[in-house]
Amino acid sequence: MQKISQYIAIRDNRVLWNDNVVFEGQSSDFKDFAKELYQHLEINYPKFYKMDNLCKLAFLASEIALTNNEEEDIALLFCNKEGSLDSDLQHQKLISNIDNFYPSPALFVYTLPNISIGEVSIRHQLKSESMFLLADRYQSEYIAPYCELLINSSKANKVLCGWLKMINGDYQANFYLVEPEGILEHNIENIDQIINK
Amino acid sequence: MKQAYIHESNIISPLGFTTDENFEAVRAGKTGIQKLKLNGILDEVFISSINEDQVEALFARLSLTSASSRIEKLAIAALFPLIQDRKSLENSLLIVSATKGNVKALAENDTEASDIPTLAKNIATYFGFQKEPLIVSNACVSGLMALSIAKRYLQLGLFEDAYIVAFDEVSTFVQSGFNSFQAVSSEACRPYDQDRSGVSLGEAAVACHVSTERQSDSVRVAGDANINDANHISGPSRTGEGLFLSIQKALDEAQLRAENIDYIVGHGTATIYNDEMEAIAFNRADLSTVPLASYKGNYGHTLGASGLLECVLLVECMRRNLLLPSKGFQVLGTSQPIEVLTAERKCDIRVALKTASGFGGTNTAIILSKD
Amino acid sequence: MAELKNLLKQQIIEVLNLEDICVADIQDDDALFGDGLGLDSIDALELIVLLDKQYGIKLADPKQGKEIFASINTLAAFVEQNRTK
Repeated sequence: MQKISQYIAIRDNRVLWNDNVVFEGQSSDFKDFAKELYQHLEINYPKFYKMDNLCKLAFLASEIALTNNEEEDIALLFCNKEGSLDSDLQHQKLISNIDNFYPSPALFVYTLPNISIGEVSIRHQLKSESMFLLADRYQSEYIAPYCELLINSSKANKVLCGWLKMINGDYQANFYLVEPEGILEHNIENIDQIINK
Repeated sequence: MKQAYIHESNIISPLGFTTDENFEAVRAGKTGIQKLKLNGILDEVFISSINEDQVEALFARLSLTSASSRIEKLAIAALFPLIQDRKSLENSLLIVSATKGNVKALAENDTEASDIPTLAKNIATYFGFQKEPLIVSNACVSGLMALSIAKRYLQLGLFEDAYIVAFDEVSTFVQSGFNSFQAVSSEACRPYDQDRSGVSLGEAAVACHVSTERQSDSVRVAGDANINDANHISGPSRTGEGLFLSIQKALDEAQLRAENIDYIVGHGTATIYNDEMEAIAFNRADLSTVPLASYKGNYGHTLGASGLLECVLLVECMRRNLLLPSKGFQVLGTSQPIEVLTAERKCDIRVALKTASGFGGTNTAIILSKD
Repeated sequence: MAELKNLLKQQIIEVLNLEDICVADIQDDDALFGDGLGLDSIDALELIVLLDKQYGIKLADPKQGKEIFASINTLAAFVEQNRTK
């Protein structure tokens, strides 16, 4: 059985790391809050500003989880309900405008939810296993054994799991890192508590 | 460790409504790609879409009146013959693969109807699956990744068997995006060819049954990996790193080497950069002389369906010991040598490789074995 | 021409979300891609859309972009010569 080494919640312009508030932003608007958090983390990564909101959220949560990380073989397993709907709606708006029909490639690329995995992989140079799942709730009973299998079969040394909500500025991220050593048992009860924080 | 075996499959596509029909159509060199007007605003494009009269007749034959959208009906129609005679699905996992699902609903401002989890639940309810479906949405590798995941859940011993259904439709939503990427072919797409100019989009719904039980014509999923390039969110890696690593890891798990592979069915979208990336990765993996085909020339790029569509056709090739050629290919157009097949060939296929790559830097490789 | 160059800089900053950069940061002969502004292939595609939308210029071959998008100088000269709106 693996362990959970840390967990993160981002919601209501706050960041909780292992239940402790580690950042509190001024803005309730996600885009502004994301910029505040980005600056607070003292990152120099201009690509951040090009990302859609779902990717920004996944990027920031991963940034906190992978601070001082040296492990390269970390699998990424992200899930949400909406997929890329937040960006889908913007692309749809552009292509519904018949008189001014200019679809944006920089927007269209974000109409897939797994781009968030790509962004985090690039940032942390993770040439590793990854998967994006959709469901209307976090399927811990499916995801937990899958993480165990990835580590036990040496397909990854750690797994970063993330539940993401991003739609029209309404956001929440709950992330946790699974590895052989940690602070909590990697079981469904603990995972469900982390996801609902 | 438990093993995962691929059994029956079904394909609903412009080339037929069963796997056999589809196999024979590809064998005969047919393509579903034709020049069509998708809507009022886009210019005519080369697309492979399912004939509406035929699909309505199919839905009527299966009495698919309760399903809410065309894509839901296509998915159910794909699964139908596989589950028809099944008594219990109590311990069966349903895996759904889609990139955009019913994205057409967004044009009508109906976000509820575009929701993929709801669509997946409707499919599960239709057939009476007891467990919640698992939904993979991982760009263009989704269909193949679904098979990789099915194998892993079967290995975990959590389910007796798994049904995978992978689908996507042709839509203005995706077509306009690919147009803006300047990635659309000015003729039916020509994978790996020097005159290739981009993708042709297509649609399909594909279903497949996988279990831990070996049957006489079973093909085993011997190894699999899904490794990210960590390079660029849309541009294929110039070194083919993620695909190369996926192939290596899948081979290692299967305890096989490059020289054991008899046939490769690649992703082969016919964009300049994808096909070049594949050629580089196949060379790095010592696979430059293995017969290779892409079936995108027959079907176009069917997005979330493509990986599974091409994989179940590959399984049929293995069962019939036939290598099918790569439609649309004439002259090699990659900087590294690859052995693209231009004619059907007989071959005792013991081991084969299926790969897929997509936006987000995602790659999947699966080793199939007939042992 | 100076006005067009400034306008192009503003438009580039806006469509490419160059949040940390202002018009004064971009020199007329700075390389836009590679080491300069660090733009990538998606940005190039977005600039092609910009040319079409704002100036009525359709690039038939995306490969043309490489020379046109070398710097603000080359871009402004191209727009000046080819604009239809």
